[in-house]
Amino acid sequence: MTNSRLTALWQYRSFVFSSVRREFQLKYQNSLLGAIWTILNPLAMIVIYTVIFSQVMKARLPDSDSFYAYSTYLCSGIIAWGLFAEITGRLQNLFIEHANILKKLNFPRLALPIIVVLSALVNFAIIASLFLIFLIWTGGVPGSAILFTIPVLIIQITFSVGLGISLGILNVFFRDIGLLFNIVLQFWFWLTPIVYPSSILPETIGSIIMRANPMAPIIAAYQNIFVYGQQPEWTTLIIPIVSSSLLMLIALSLYLKHAHEIVDEL
Amino acid sequence: MPAIQVSQLTKAYKLYPTPWARLREWLPFNRKSRHQLKWVLNDISFSVEKGEALGIIGLNGAGKSTLLKIITGTTQATTGSVQLIGHVVALLELGMGFHPEFTGRQNVYMSGQLLGLTQLEIDTLMPSIEAFAEIGDYIDQPVRIYSSGMQVRLAFSIATAKRPDILIIDEALSVGDTYFQHKSFDRIRQFRQHGTTLLLVSHDKSAIQAICDTAILLAEGNIAMQGVPEHVMDYYNAMIAERENDTVTLNAAAEGKTQTISGTGEATIEQVKLLNDKNQPIEAADVGQKVILSIDVVINQDIDELVLGYVIKDRLGLPIFGTNTHHLKQQLYTLQQGEQINYQFDFHLNLGEGTYSVAIALHTADTHIEKNYQWRDLALVFNTINISQSQFVGTAWLPPKMRCTREQ
Repeated sequence: MTNSRLTALWQYRSFVFSSVRREFQLKYQNSLLGAIWTILNPLAMIVIYTVIFSQVMKARLPDSDSFYAYSTYLCSGIIAWGLFAEITGRLQNLFIEHANILKKLNFPRLALPIIVVLSALVNFAIIASLFLIFLIWTGGVPGSAILFTIPVLIIQITFSVGLGISLGILNVFFRDIGLLFNIVLQFWFWLTPIVYPSSILPETIGSIIMRANPMAPIIAAYQNIFVYGQQPEWTTLIIPIVSSSLLMLIALSLYLKHAHEIVDEL
Repeated sequence: MPAIQVSQLTKAYKLYPTPWARLREWLPFNRKSRHQLKWVLNDISFSVEKGEALGIIGLNGAGKSTLLKIITGTTQATTGSVQLIGHVVALLELGMGFHPEFTGRQNVYMSGQLLGLTQLEIDTLMPSIEAFAEIGDYIDQPVRIYSSGMQVRLAFSIATAKRPDILIIDEALSVGDTYFQHKSFDRIRQFRQHGTTLLLVSHDKSAIQAICDTAILLAEGNIAMQGVPEHVMDYYNAMIAERENDTVTLNAAAEGKTQTISGTGEATIEQVKLLNDKNQPIEAADVGQKVILSIDVVINQDIDELVLGYVIKDRLGLPIFGTNTHHLKQQLYTLQQGEQINYQFDFHLNLGEGTYSVAIALHTADTHIEKNYQWRDLALVFNTINISQSQFVGTAWLPPKMRCTREQ
């Protein structure tokens, strides 16, 4: 069963890659600046936060006096959060968005989330390379510690996919989920130390956030790598790893239990 | 082994009184079922042999789309099974995966890949797709500037670029211009000659009668009738006109044909005859002979309006010619019980050799949809033989005056 599903998916590989390419083209085809827009949005956000927090509010990272340290801190958090928000945001709407082809065509459904993740990774790669150029320019390249982003990225994507697909399935049956999640995402962003350093939080609240919010240790890992050139504190990543695996299991069991009802409900 | 085997298929949708009921049912430790089942298909079984064509008809809501979705695998049956052998292409909707901003060529790749073709296969099929669609240079223009007809042409060309073992079509053929409809029908016929099994769902009676070997009539989730398309279509016609106090009866007519009589009975057909120009009844006539179709009608209850219509059908049940007294501007008004009416239609029998039948209907206005007093299929069967004309083929006699110029 699983085998035949994977074979079917393999046959649809060119569909997956073309879809990713098409989504990218579609975004920028009729715009003059094209792919530059991928960068302009997060860039605007980074400029705003850098100006407001680091200049106006004189926020400097406690144990660093570099002028660019806060910008680096901010960028590593916001870029990673952007990837998380894009994957979950699109996956929670996945089945509703593709209602028509799900109803009319028999094709490997797994292709759809893969397209979403790959598309998000393309956008991420563009922004991340820009960030690297910035780091080279400021002389803050973290050296070999940069390799630790790969396992952290894998944990983060697993978490996003598990959460996104679970929400996507629930959203077909309870449309409130999608609306609710957009609000939750706003709170979640501010409950994660991205714009502010976790050291400004009271110690108890800080440790609660690190334990209850799996995104907090993931973002902290990136910040460690890029601001301090250190490897992540691996023990803090246990909670994200466990919750990612749990969410994947939930997504799978929801799918196995309700897949046949999804099309009927769309 | 049949190419399509549908066994004891049922489908029920879950109906919840409120969205909260579903939530409560989904919560863990809930043992109580909080939904009702709405059955849309009950115990559907049929099979289609390799290379055969089956037509499915039915009113809206009869379960046709659900059945197709289960057969193509986009949704699952509640119980029962479907077995398909070979490569399946389903045209439930043309132009799936088309995006208006991309060119026709780019969309061919996208749509083809969505149908399971690989990049390489599409590369090789591309010239034939272009040629079949006949949209010329538009292939490299964005689809948003296409006419709807051009989109259909391109979409159909992609979907049928490779001959499938099983082709499932849902009313997709009723779109597009006449020329392309002919062209697509030809392609489907060719597929069949090469062994493709066909499943066609349509409201288009002539399409089903023209290509299907058997037909199934779905009504309220059940197979109401299964058999040769002509009989099923006749029964379907009668069903459309069915009203509360209606009766539909099937009589075994001559030559093993089934005669369907339906209607509310305020007016009934008493006698139908084909007469020659000397007013003698005949069963066979010469091509082009002057004949009279004579119909006696009796009024059983006072009615405001009466229209009589007739259709001459060929051996396969395809309509050759039909009209009614509404179109001929001869409808009758305020008829009283006991009245007897004789209609006579004089015409030249410009038909080719073969067997023909006449269906007659008594109704109001221009169709039998509103009131149907009586509908009688196979009210008369007659033969046309060619005695006096030069030899020709086909059902229509269109004698040409011929000229031929030859220059050296």
